[in-house]
Amino acid sequence: MTASNTQCLLKLMDEEYTLNDYKGSPPRWCTGCGDNAILASVQRLCRDEQLAPEKTVFVSGIGCSSRLPHYMHTYGFHGLHGRALPVAEGIKMRRPDLHVFVITGDGDCCSIGTAHWIHAIRYNMDMTVLMHDNGIYGLTKNQASPTSPQGLKSNTTPRGTHLEPINPVSVTLGIRNASFVAQAADWIPEILHDIISEAFHHKGFSFVRILQRCPEFLEHRFDDWVQDPDRMLLLHHKDGVQISPSLAKVYRNQEEHDPTDRNRAREIASTYHPMPVGVLYRNPDMPCYEDLRKADRLYTPDIVKTVLEKELDKFTIHAAS
Amino acid sequence: MSTQALKQDPPGKPARRRSAKKAKVGPGSDGKRRDRLGPSSKPVVTLKEHIIEIVSDSGEGAQRCGQAFGSIAARMGNGIWTAEIIPAEIQPPARSIAGTSGNRIRLASHRVTNWGDEANLIIAFNEQVLLSRFWADELAPGCIILIEDKWRTDDDPEIVAAYTETIEKLVADGYRVHEIPMETECLKYVPDPRRGKNMFVLGILCSLYSLDLKIARDQVAFVFTKKAASIVEANIKLLEAGHDWAETNLDIKFRIPSSELRKPQIVVNGNIALGLGVMASGMEVCAMYPITPATSASHYLSEVFETVGGVVHQAEDEIAACAFAIGASYAGKCAVTITSGPGFALKQETIGLAVMAEIPLVVVNVQRGGPSTGLPTKVEQGDLLFACFGGHGDNPKVVMAVSDIEDCFYSMITARKIAETFNTVVVVLSDASLASSQQPFIRPHVTEEWLAPPVDQSAVPKGLKPYDWDARTGLARRFIPGQPNGMHCLTGLAHDRMSRVAYDSDSNEEGIRNRSLKLVALQKTLKTPTVFGDDEGDLLIVGWGGTKGAIEEAVGRLRDDGLKVSSLHLTFLQPMAPGIKDVLKRFDRVMTVESNWSDSRDNEFIDEDNRRFSELALLLRARYLVDVDCWSEVKGEPIKPGNIVRAIRDRQQSKG
Repeated sequence: MTASNTQCLLKLMDEEYTLNDYKGSPPRWCTGCGDNAILASVQRLCRDEQLAPEKTVFVSGIGCSSRLPHYMHTYGFHGLHGRALPVAEGIKMRRPDLHVFVITGDGDCCSIGTAHWIHAIRYNMDMTVLMHDNGIYGLTKNQASPTSPQGLKSNTTPRGTHLEPINPVSVTLGIRNASFVAQAADWIPEILHDIISEAFHHKGFSFVRILQRCPEFLEHRFDDWVQDPDRMLLLHHKDGVQISPSLAKVYRNQEEHDPTDRNRAREIASTYHPMPVGVLYRNPDMPCYEDLRKADRLYTPDIVKTVLEKELDKFTIHAAS
Repeated sequence: MSTQALKQDPPGKPARRRSAKKAKVGPGSDGKRRDRLGPSSKPVVTLKEHIIEIVSDSGEGAQRCGQAFGSIAARMGNGIWTAEIIPAEIQPPARSIAGTSGNRIRLASHRVTNWGDEANLIIAFNEQVLLSRFWADELAPGCIILIEDKWRTDDDPEIVAAYTETIEKLVADGYRVHEIPMETECLKYVPDPRRGKNMFVLGILCSLYSLDLKIARDQVAFVFTKKAASIVEANIKLLEAGHDWAETNLDIKFRIPSSELRKPQIVVNGNIALGLGVMASGMEVCAMYPITPATSASHYLSEVFETVGGVVHQAEDEIAACAFAIGASYAGKCAVTITSGPGFALKQETIGLAVMAEIPLVVVNVQRGGPSTGLPTKVEQGDLLFACFGGHGDNPKVVMAVSDIEDCFYSMITARKIAETFNTVVVVLSDASLASSQQPFIRPHVTEEWLAPPVDQSAVPKGLKPYDWDARTGLARRFIPGQPNGMHCLTGLAHDRMSRVAYDSDSNEEGIRNRSLKLVALQKTLKTPTVFGDDEGDLLIVGWGGTKGAIEEAVGRLRDDGLKVSSLHLTFLQPMAPGIKDVLKRFDRVMTVESNWSDSRDNEFIDEDNRRFSELALLLRARYLVDVDCWSEVKGEPIKPGNIVRAIRDRQQSKG
């Protein structure tokens, strides 16, 4: 690999990044949109981790959530509907020194980009994937998504949706190579932040489904859970997300869940009542594709030239003597 | 039972000319079994060139035999062109027309630029594969036929009948048929002749064409490099057996004088040349999804790319492959994705993103017959307009085409450089014929200048914008993640110089203007292609891509006959080089020759108003306002120079 490696450069000056250093254009989401909470959490994470903005890339697809990279002052790649993951994989493959975040939505990830989602889990490349799940297409104005509740009336389903929604965490857990699966909710910012932080620190493909409210088209999607904290299930573990005493008073329904227990994770993930929030599964030992495919040394032009000459030798014919 | 005898027509094919009436009946044409003279008394016939075909059932190794034969001849200094005859299935039924697999080798004392016209000699492992070539009109009148004779005594009477009827008819038609006891002879050396007959046949060919047996032995050893010594030995034994058998039993002996090989040459097919070119260009990521006929380029790269620090990524689909390459390009050096027609169609939206966001990217399209799944293993030049104008909106990208095997190598270096200089997409069009054809070219002298520079990680000077388009060239420096002060959000939406989403009229126009301007700037750097033949005359043939060799050979033949014909071959299709209009104007008439559809005037409904033109003709007419005519073929095989000659003569006559 001949991409220059700047990780080894000495940091000559100590710079302290503040929240403002991560703020890009002012967000244009609707008032009350859950995306705002996620953006705040992400900016906090960057500040807490002191991520160099030039070494951080937010890749997104298309949809309301996918505007997030514009609101960060890092590198951003706001590409095509459904295709954020393969772009992010290409980046990570050649630039493991970069912090790669992927911002996607339920339409982007679970509908048009489904093939990439499944295979991204399989590749298990080191990136943090935040799937903003509001259960509706917002940018194209109110069409049912694969995670819309059954019976939802929308512009394309005036008599209600016909099918059961897909369960994104169950699907992810179903892939043998999954290495980090979590579920968060925009209305519990404290846990949201902790989960995103856990996801960031996990080496591998960290998939976080975030239940995100859309005040414009699906205002009451999560009312059952927002209004009744007892219908939530907060997962905690000594090696993972902890629940603060003040939060514990509101959310009394808790479970100590060992994130290495995949079977229990699947059970928990399969229910909406109670709605689990926390780290469902984590396996730090799953190999990452970029490590498996990593060049074994730095390839200088000299080496390339030598190898190429050797290759040409294989196909060279000389005059018969 | 799929076995067919000659008297039946192939399914769906009208009866037509298939006799070779004027064929001069030479020695051996009586179809009798081997009872020939010894080597000493053989007259040696000196030839300028010959076209040889070797055909068998899929899996019997005719392709390997043909390639080895070509390589041996090339080592002796002969000009060669080898072309594969490919069945579309992996395990087609034995003894079937559809399963015909093999190789054509055009062997000459001069440089060969295409696969030529009809075969002068064919070796067939059964009469069905022979018939497939006969029905395809691929056998020259009086063609020498060597055929495995074991079918004459087969247990199945239907097979015996099919075989004998075929042989009788071919002999009656003037073909010179020799029945060869391949199986019987091979059984003397190996238990399973199915795996070895091809080397026996190679030996026969070496004898027929007076090739050096020592070079042949070396070549066989090279072909089986990865196998055990015992296998190499057995195959060399078969080679020698075939050679000795032919020396004793056949009274055919040709010699095609070779010019002395002065410079070392490379013998590879077009797809391997592409792979070598990718390595030589300094690109480090090739993302792909399996598709015929492009994939063999990635097979080769997968073997070797890691030895230069590269990665071949087999993505989950064509779209992902292109997106992956774009991601790798965006954060580092220019990457490449290699595909064929259907994959190229799927990639269009991602290609548009790279154009819009100005990310360097090389896209190789090894063209095959279309539309839809079309002809997966066969050649067509049907994607030119699609490559130029595919994708929604104004989508200016560079389109270039390779015209021979050597071009496949160098095009990758050029494409990478253009992509990174102009921060745009470069589409390189190859085709199914070049993909698997071999033609020696002078060994490249590798230089570091071909390689991509290291990824820029220096701080971006304050005040620079992510899209600081230059007013004259449209060029802007790209910022790569890791560069301090370069932070911006790249977007596929309309954007301003700061890369901010901008839907206003001025920003939209400014972006489109500058992306378009880059093609103008590139065009200024291109050279006018050289005319083959005189600079002015009656007729100019214009072509692009893999038809170059056939067109120039046809033009050469016609010029020898006194016609004032020249030809022009285009590498850059978008933008087109300067000066082309001047060239067109110096000829009374201009006609393109292409491997894609154009209406001929034989249907009463087709007139000047509705006639559909070939793709390059349409481009030339639109750009230069010249009345460009066209002639084209979509036979799924490379155009033969003889067909071009005929077409040009026909047009000359009809114009009076």
